[in-house]
Amino acid sequence: MIDGTLAPSHPRTPHEINDDLLRPVLRTTWRFYALVAFLGAIVSAGIGSWLYQVYRGFGITGINWPVYWAFYVTNFVFWIGISHAGTLISAILRLVNATWRPWLFFWLIPYPNQRLIWPNFRSPLVWDFFAITTYLTGSTLFLLLPTIPDFALVRDRTTGWRRRIYGALSLGWRGTPKQWHRLESAMQIMAIAIIPVAVSVHTIVSFDFSMAPVPMWHSTIFGPYFVAGAIFSGIAALIIAMAVLRRFLHLEAYLHPVHFSNLGKLLLMMSLLWAYFIFSERLTTWFGNEPSEMEVFWATQRGGYSPLYWTMIVCNLVVPFVILSLRRLRTISGCLIASLTVLVGMWLERFLIIVPSLSHKQLAYSWGSYRPRPVEIVITTATFAAMGLLYVLFSKAVPIISVWELKVGARARTAPHPAPAGVAAPDASAELWKARP
Amino acid sequence: MPPRWGMAVDLDRCTGCEACVTACRAENNIPTVGDTQAARGRAMHWIRVERYFEGEFPDVRVKFRPVLCQQCDAAPCEPVCPTYASHHTDEGLNAQVYNRCIGTRYCANACPYSVRFFNFFQPRWDKPLHLQLNPDVSVREVGVMEKCTFCVQRIKAAEVQAKAEKRALKDGEPTPACAQACPAQALVFGDLNDPESEVSRLSRSPRGTRLLEDVGTRPKITYLQRQSPA
Repeated sequence: MIDGTLAPSHPRTPHEINDDLLRPVLRTTWRFYALVAFLGAIVSAGIGSWLYQVYRGFGITGINWPVYWAFYVTNFVFWIGISHAGTLISAILRLVNATWRPWLFFWLIPYPNQRLIWPNFRSPLVWDFFAITTYLTGSTLFLLLPTIPDFALVRDRTTGWRRRIYGALSLGWRGTPKQWHRLESAMQIMAIAIIPVAVSVHTIVSFDFSMAPVPMWHSTIFGPYFVAGAIFSGIAALIIAMAVLRRFLHLEAYLHPVHFSNLGKLLLMMSLLWAYFIFSERLTTWFGNEPSEMEVFWATQRGGYSPLYWTMIVCNLVVPFVILSLRRLRTISGCLIASLTVLVGMWLERFLIIVPSLSHKQLAYSWGSYRPRPVEIVITTATFAAMGLLYVLFSKAVPIISVWELKVGARARTAPHPAPAGVAAPDASAELWKARP
Repeated sequence: MPPRWGMAVDLDRCTGCEACVTACRAENNIPTVGDTQAARGRAMHWIRVERYFEGEFPDVRVKFRPVLCQQCDAAPCEPVCPTYASHHTDEGLNAQVYNRCIGTRYCANACPYSVRFFNFFQPRWDKPLHLQLNPDVSVREVGVMEKCTFCVQRIKAAEVQAKAEKRALKDGEPTPACAQACPAQALVFGDLNDPESEVSRLSRSPRGTRLLEDVGTRPKITYLQRQSPA
């Protein structure tokens, strides 16, 4: 276990922790408004494009016969993956009690999907609906529980309507030993419960494809393959979010190179796992030599989709492998570059799962192709901007790094008999957790 | 026993004239989408004539194959639909309920024959074509999937007529527009549960094959393969 919660050279007092981490919530600069305006403009363009599409019809997109799913389903799988991974990583880190965990799960909001009116329980889309609503509920609880003490902290430092809102959110938190004990139990239960939920949800997303008799969709490997891809892209997004926060919220004292280096190692492991999955998938397809599957195989391997395919391989395997396996390159910038390429690669991966298969189904007569139209590009860009916007707004509403957990970490470091972080009830030195008067 | 509607397609008889395609379009109010949209892959044709070329020039032989919804007994499009818009009737028809369809397009992805078509825009008919719409067939709106119904309106009309006359349906009484229009009589429609029907007789032919049978969809259309030499 690597203890990098606080570097020894930067002993932060609880007051300093309060100041540093609550600053984004309590003080607003022009840069915040500029960023919100910028991201908001892109999101508005996306919403406008979407409304226009609702008005005119799906015809303004590039989807066609036979490629009926393309960019939007790619985005759906991509963002579901990212959302799952963040919570999953956080839950695993909480369970293994890693003291270098970054407590950054707030940026995850599952992509809502509410299109079902009369459900057919045989349809994987219906499974999807229930899986996603379960996951949305579970991850919201998982996110809200550990923020209760921090909401109380903000409540004690604000006045007026904000005090009332944070008061309601903090659910009457007073910081008694009994409350701490209950919170710890609840968090432990949620951390255990959210893992099977997250695994099953992304498996079910993969079932959207693997249940259909479409060449190279109908595969037993898709469940774990999608879960691994989700964690892979989630770690990458986490590293990017951490790097951005560290830079713009000046959290250098809390997010250290060791955090990035450790997450980088995790990313490297997931990159290799992802490579193992795609190798297994490709080898069995090639060896099986089934004609309709081989058409999809060669279309991606050396046909029209091969530039995208090999870009994906470079982004998901070559670049992360080179950067992250060399200690000298596994710096914050190195991890950031690797993460950016992984996000590109994983988006391409989702696209390459969906489109080449649909454009090369069993009957050669029905082969087609797909090219995105402007509306799809705008909406796709807007989903990324919306993710950024939600994250920025979240960092304004909620302390983005769990304040009390950092203090537990700091105490665990300095106490003569360190209690495990995240488990110790801080009753012994209650003044540490009190808000500054 | 309820009927089990099926079709036999004699590929030796098909000349590729596409009369079936035209008849189907007129019967079922299938919109035309214009050349721009057709070039983008939005053309709709519940039945199409696929052309396959065999051999090298000048020794070329063209093979026609009319492809419509295969009305599968184990249709991949049915279980994937979240709203039961695509469902199986007790007469074995693979029905599409337009009012239930919410446009996930999942059915069209799952269909190995690619015989499902999506209304990418609100359909329009240039005047005076709007006057020739068939009143027995509903017009589909934007965002809805549609496909061959085996001319269910004709089947229902024939059944109602037979019931009114207190008699059983005769073989060949309900006929879809494509089969009716086929000058070579390559398309034969009827009840597969009646062993004496023409379609049952043809389906038992040793020439009979089913399209993409290995996918396991159990289609109700039998293609009689060509036996004339090249």
